[in-house]
Formats: sequence, structure tokens, C-alpha cells
Amino acid sequence: MKIQSGRSRAYRIASIIILIILAFLFTFPLYWIVTGAFKTSVEVNSPKPVWWPSQWVSDNFKALMDERSAPLWELAVPFSNWFTPDGRLRYWSVGPEAPAAFRWLVNAVFMSVAAMILTCLTAAMAGYALAKKRFNGRFILFALIVCAMALPKQVILIPLLKEMSGLKLYGSLWAVIFPTVGWPFGVFLMKQFSESIPGEILEATRIDGASELKTFSTVVMPMIKPGIGALAIFTFINCWNDYFMQLVMLDSNSVYTIPLGIATLQSETSTDMGLLMAGAALASIPIIIVFLIFQKYFTQGITMGAVKG
Amino acid sequence: MANPSQIKMSRALQRRENIAGYMFLLPSLIFFISFVVIPMIICILLSLTDANMHDSGLFGNFIGLANFVALWKDVKFLEALKNTFVIVVVSVPTVCAFSLWVASAIYKLKGPVLSAFRCIFYLPVVTGSVAVTVVWSWMYHQYYGIFNFVLGEKGLGLINGRINWLGDPKLALWCIILILFTTSVGQPIVLYVSALGNVDTTLIEAAQVDGATDMQVFWKVKWAQMMPTTLYILVITTINSFQCFALIQLLTKGGAGTNTVMYNIYWTAFKLTEQAGHFGYANAMGVVLAIFIGILSAIQFKLAKEK
Repeated sequence: MKIQSGRSRAYRIASIIILIILAFLFTFPLYWIVTGAFKTSVEVNSPKPVWWPSQWVSDNFKALMDERSAPLWELAVPFSNWFTPDGRLRYWSVGPEAPAAFRWLVNAVFMSVAAMILTCLTAAMAGYALAKKRFNGRFILFALIVCAMALPKQVILIPLLKEMSGLKLYGSLWAVIFPTVGWPFGVFLMKQFSESIPGEILEATRIDGASELKTFSTVVMPMIKPGIGALAIFTFINCWNDYFMQLVMLDSNSVYTIPLGIATLQSETSTDMGLLMAGAALASIPIIIVFLIFQKYFTQGITMGAVKG
Repeated sequence: MANPSQIKMSRALQRRENIAGYMFLLPSLIFFISFVVIPMIICILLSLTDANMHDSGLFGNFIGLANFVALWKDVKFLEALKNTFVIVVVSVPTVCAFSLWVASAIYKLKGPVLSAFRCIFYLPVVTGSVAVTVVWSWMYHQYYGIFNFVLGEKGLGLINGRINWLGDPKLALWCIILILFTTSVGQPIVLYVSALGNVDTTLIEAAQVDGATDMQVFWKVKWAQMMPTTLYILVITTINSFQCFALIQLLTKGGAGTNTVMYNIYWTAFKLTEQAGHFGYANAMGVVLAIFIGILSAIQFKLAKEK
């Protein structure tokens, strides 16, 4: 239909070559983490880079595991520190001592999954109400949500810290989870998805005599499933990687998450690159796997959030 | 014709909608108000006080706008403000231009190839700022880093000796901007790819029939239709660049001319030992930062609307 001129053909080939080079450059840091984690200390510290480990050793991971230890889990009675004389939490169950890195991994997974479930539940309900319920004050509320989204989250961290220590939540994972759930992006995203539910279907279920909750769980939920999937993966990754919040709220070995734990190791032992690469691998590989599995939803979520943004 | 029974019905209906609406919103509102709205209000209030970390009460003494007056004489803060603006002014246009170019180069590729490229450019975002920072700090390392090797005498021969990338005030900020760049382009690329895919093809064909060149089609048709996406990308990239924190906290601790407002807030609130965490003053910086972001977003909206 159209004759490709020589110039545009050359441009296409050149751009593909540049793209491939860029793709290499963008994957290189990850490649360097993974190979670095398995190199011997001689190869890590060689001034001439070793592009491919001559032998794959697990010394760095062993060093990471021996670094420090913590109980594998501690299940606290929620808010028990409100009632104890020394202000400390009471525990239902405390797990066996394990390498701290495992504990950090457990913490990070717990934190991200809890934030994900709470966000999806609350945001799905709120988004549906904002999109489909004609209640008074919905425009003001929506405007407030959009304004809050445009503000930098980190600015409110100091007041949040004061509030959390007032609630005696400071130093627990909930201090990171609750603000993540409160962040209004999820509500905004779910509202965008809920707009597409046809009003006639909701009307029909209402005429059939279904209660509001039943309508929501049997009709609305299945229709906004892709949106919930997108929000779930988005929240999980954001929560896992929200370093500043974790840094401000979490204060001890047993509540560190894996990114925060690695950052602490870096500031303490910044010379042992092998150890740090092992830690970085542990902090990034799980999240990358989650991302690759759910990347279809993720792309959809990013795009939906921008529509009419 | 006002039918009394109808008005009564609609009022009852309205009440039902109100109750149902707020019941659905309640769980989300509890979190939103307790952990976003209230802290925002506290943030503004604290910025007018001399509160610090060791106050037993929430607020210190009310000192009016004294914090803001002090800010304009604070050399450290002004330097941080300048660095933050350098980061924003450099990274926002480059991120936008780069991601637009990559997106227009990949959006016509076949499904699996396209998603492979999309994933690759998104990888640094997913990897997480801590892991990314740790590996870059090794790559920038004066003795064991690959930058000095690849660019040095044994590699490309562009530099002499070993450069202390993150310790040199002339280079450190640019090193940070480079890392920030790699972690910022992922989302814009995804957005541009989908925006380019959604451009109305009939308009493109019409333009081609009228004899428009590829460049004209791109700027006159596609670019115009992607304006909302561009606006969104500008705003999120601006906010991200303003918030650049992890890189600085982990790589330079604000040294070598890389102090930014975000890091300065953290430093003032938690690390400034002589004043034991000056929360009020740090919050005043936060308010200033929020105002700047608000103004910039408004300008971007206005410019985009005029086009």
C-alpha cells in the first residue's frame, strides 16, 4: 500500500539496534546483582570486572544468613501494648530463631499481602459506590481524593509518624500497611473500572429484590475482577518497594523488611559487595517473579489509572 | 406537575442511596481520613510550630510563619531546593522524550516482542530502589566499579585514573539523575504504548491520503491525540523526581552536592542531633515542597490545555 523509502527502512533498522542495546543496558544491573551474588569474594573485589562467574558459590548467601538472627515469626495480640504496663506487645506465638534475612522476607511478604488484601477490599467497595451510587456529596469526596493523589506521599510521613506513635503502632508492620491502604489511588482506579458496569444490570438485580451487599458480591465483583487484579499487583509492588515509609516506621531487626534490611546492611558493611548482592537478589527476585506472572494485569492497571487522569 | 407521592418516593430513594453509598465507602474512608487527611492537616499545623521529636505533646509552641521565614535564609535548604529543581528540569523532559521514542519504536512490534520490551524497561522499577541502589553503588565504585573499568585505560580509554563518581560534587548529582532516569521510564513507556495503540486510525489514514509525511502524521495527529497521556506522564514524573529520596539516602547521604528537599526533610526531622529532630521546621519544608509540586502541576495542566 505504501512504498517504504530507503531512508525510513534504514531508520527502522537503526532504531531496532538501538533498542536492543538499550534493553541490554536496562537488564544489566539485574544481571550484575544475580551474578554478583554467586561470585567468590576475589572475583567481586577484582578491579577488572568478571563478566561471568568462573565458579558459582553460595558463600555470599551463607554470609547473609549468618549475619544476624531473629525469631522467624512473632504473632502479636493486636493493640496489646495499650494494656501492658511496660508498653510492649504480648505475643501469642514466637517462632524458632532463624537467619534475620528469612524473617525480613517473611515480614515483607506479610506486609505486602496484608496491604494488598485490605486495599482491594476497601477500594473495590468505595470505587463502586463512587461510580454507581448517587449519594449526596460524592463530587466533593471525589475531588478530595484526586487532590490527595497529586500530593507527594512523603510529605505527610512526619505527621504520620507522630500519629502512629500516638496509636502505639510505631515500629510495627501495621504502621506501613495502614497508610498504604489509605492512599486513594486504589479508590480512583476502581472507580474507573466500575464506571463500565451497565446500570441496567444493577437495576435488574435490584428489582429482583437482591440486597446491596448481594448485588455487590454476585454482580459487581465478577465484573471488576480485572481491575482488582491490577490493583492487587500494583499495591503489592508499591508496598514492597516503599523504602522511605519502611525506613521511617520500622525500627528493629524483627520488623525490618527485606529491602530495609539490605539497606541497613549496606550502611553498616558497605564494603562487602558480594553480601550486598546476595541481599539485593533476595529482595528483588521474589517481586520480579510476581511481576512477570501478573504483568498483563499490571499493564492494564497502569493504563486505566491514566484514563481521564 | 409535582406529584407529592413521587417526591416522597424519590426522597426515600435518595436516603437509601446515601446510606448504601456511605456504607460502601466507610471502610475506605476510615483509612483515608485517619492516615491521609488527618496527617495532611497535622502537617500544615506542625509547620507553624517549633515541635521536635522529644516533645511529649503533639505540638510544640505556635510560632506563626517563623519556620518559613527561616527557610529562605537557610543555605542548606536553598541548595537542596536548587538541586531538586535541577533533577526535575533535567529528568522530566528526558524521561518524556525517551519514553515517547521507545514507545513509538516498539508499539507496532508483535505481541510477545512488545511485552518483552515493555517488561525490560519496567524491570528497574520492579527491582526496587534498594536493590537498584546497591548494585549501582557497586558499579560506580571507585576501585571495583565497572564504570571506571569500561571508560578507563583498559576499556574505551575515555577517562584517566579512577573517578570517584559519587564523591565528586561535579558528578554526583548527574550519577543520581542517571539512576533516577532508568527507574522512571518504565511507566511512561507502558502508557505511551497503549496511547499510540489507541490513536484513531481513520485520522491517520485520512492524513496519509492527503499526502502527509510520517513526521507530520506523528506530530499533527498522534501527538495531538496523546496530549492527555503526556500530561499525566509529566505530572507523575515531576512528582517522582521531586520525591527522589532512597537513591540519595543510600548513595551519598546528601553529600557531594546532592542534597535534595526530600532528603533534607528526613535529615532535619531525624538526623539533626543538635536540635533533636526538628519536626516543625521539617514540616515547613514539606509544605513548601507540596506548594511547588502543586504550582508545577497547575502550569503543566494549563500548557497542555492551551495546546
